[in-house]
Amino acid sequence: MFPELIDTRPLRRAVDNGLDWVVANWGSTFEAAAHPLLLMLNGIEALLIAIPWWVIIAVLTGIAYVATRRPGLPITVFIALMFLGVMDLWEDAMSTTALMIAATISAIVVSIPVGVWMSRSRRVRQIVTPILDLMQTLPSFVYLIPTVMIFGPGKIPALLATIVYAAPPLARLTDLGLRSVDPAVIEASRAFGSNPTQRLLGVQVPLALPTILAGINQTTMMALAMVVIASMIGAGGLGYQVLQGIGRLEVSRGLFAGIGIVALAIIFDRITQAFGQQLQGRIGLKEARP
Amino acid sequence: MSMTAQPEANPDLAISIRGVTKIFGPDPDTALAALDGGKSKADLLAETGHVVGLDHVSLDIERGQIFVVMGLSGSGKSTLIRHINRLIEPTAGEIFVNGTDVLKLSLPDLRAMRSSDVSMVFQKFALLPHRSVIDNVAYGLEIRGVGKSERHGEAEKWIETVGLSGYEDAMPRQLSGGQQQRVGLARALALDTDIILMDEAFSALDPLIRSGMQDQLIELQKSLNKTILFITHDFDEALKIGDRIAVLKDGALQQEGEPEQIVLHPANEHIEEFVRDINKARVIRVRSIMRTDATGPCDMTVHADARCEDVLPLFADHQWVGVIDEDGRQIGRIGARQVIEALARDHPH
Repeated sequence: MFPELIDTRPLRRAVDNGLDWVVANWGSTFEAAAHPLLLMLNGIEALLIAIPWWVIIAVLTGIAYVATRRPGLPITVFIALMFLGVMDLWEDAMSTTALMIAATISAIVVSIPVGVWMSRSRRVRQIVTPILDLMQTLPSFVYLIPTVMIFGPGKIPALLATIVYAAPPLARLTDLGLRSVDPAVIEASRAFGSNPTQRLLGVQVPLALPTILAGINQTTMMALAMVVIASMIGAGGLGYQVLQGIGRLEVSRGLFAGIGIVALAIIFDRITQAFGQQLQGRIGLKEARP
Repeated sequence: MSMTAQPEANPDLAISIRGVTKIFGPDPDTALAALDGGKSKADLLAETGHVVGLDHVSLDIERGQIFVVMGLSGSGKSTLIRHINRLIEPTAGEIFVNGTDVLKLSLPDLRAMRSSDVSMVFQKFALLPHRSVIDNVAYGLEIRGVGKSERHGEAEKWIETVGLSGYEDAMPRQLSGGQQQRVGLARALALDTDIILMDEAFSALDPLIRSGMQDQLIELQKSLNKTILFITHDFDEALKIGDRIAVLKDGALQQEGEPEQIVLHPANEHIEEFVRDINKARVIRVRSIMRTDATGPCDMTVHADARCEDVLPLFADHQWVGVIDEDGRQIGRIGARQVIEALARDHPH
């Protein structure tokens, strides 16, 4: 046994009491602050459910065709969406998609500026990188419990947990993409009298865009990976079906909902990847596919 | 060495640099003191890890010249050219562009200077890969804040000048190296600055393409009368396009003068090594080797600016060839012996 060097009980008590104090005194403030997130999530969800199923299938299949100009991906997308409909998972899939989209939008708003900041300062990168590591490796239940205590079970903690888990790769890849831009091109831009903002928006971001898009792809995938955990604290959707399947030992329910999550993942992964490749071809970092 | 002794920069000079020193490393000022105290560059590197990029370089570049800075890799020539528009800050020294002290400019004024006084062409082209040819050429004007239709009109004009009409909407990656560098040249010309910096602009091109670009640059210079500071590691290129040449080695200026002067009177062994391998007949003009002793008129005459290779065939039929000036007056004569002496590798004297 490791010898007891100090008494850790006061420390634990301090943390627990501190959280209780925050919940008691600041709970409503936090809830009000997170309200816009809830509005966004509910808005997206209501919209997706209100749009007729065939419109969504047509639009996504169309986007898949525009992204690749080949029949393969549109067919895959069509089959995946039909599966969701036929298996009576359409509405659940739409709420899961809404959660994923809301988390991705929030991650874009937060992570891209953080990535830009990281790329410009070594010091910032040294401080932010371990925080991102922590966000990705800390078991989500550890921060889920305090979040649920503060906000109460529901969609807000589910969305926050998803954002915490899904945002880091976008910040990392934004930083990487901006730092990988050819220094000769940046020097040329400087030599023509550009200011830092002109360089960032006119040269660095456009050239880093394929990498940033890869980050958005990662974020969508990680957001989908969180849906089962998110459903434990109040998010509905496919994750909730899986959870119910486990709870009731209904293997079929869990299995079909699980495959539904995979279907969504395939749709969004392939579409964003195809757009990334198209973009790379367009700016000449890689030969465009014929 | 006192850096403040220079009272006023000569405003007639396009570029004037005085005692510019650049030391790379953690503590350049201490290293500079050691260098000025007589420590050698090798010792400085071995003992303190500081690299001397430029060592008290002073140059005056007159308007309307193609001024070539020649040096092997590591000689500091690319570092030097980046001091003119302050892409690199010197450790010590003064830099004047059109009489303005560049080092005293605020950041916005420096950007204005880069945008309106000094443009640049790069060795690896450094085009913006996500923009079409016309948007690359118009880039400097866009930074300057010129409206879209106006800058496209201007860009169009320069694309035509460099011979790329029809490629306006092509992307840089679709062009060959020579075409890409024409875009780089047009991008610099479109700003219509008095001074153009060219950093090994043709070094990445194939020999034939390079030769064509050199001719085009000389032609352009004749019509535009810019001041061009051209960096190269190729002595033949320097001789071909340079009105004046400065030779750098290990960050220090070795010799500066007209191409002919350098070929005829290399200042040291390092420069002699370059001179040994070139075709001197193409560089040396009859003016500098003719005899001026009084004689009667010759049957055959050449202009004083004619080169040795131009007069050589004439010696088949004539013992002496007269040398005439712009007004057609004979100012001297030249025989095969003078040419042979000038071209011979080792002079007996």
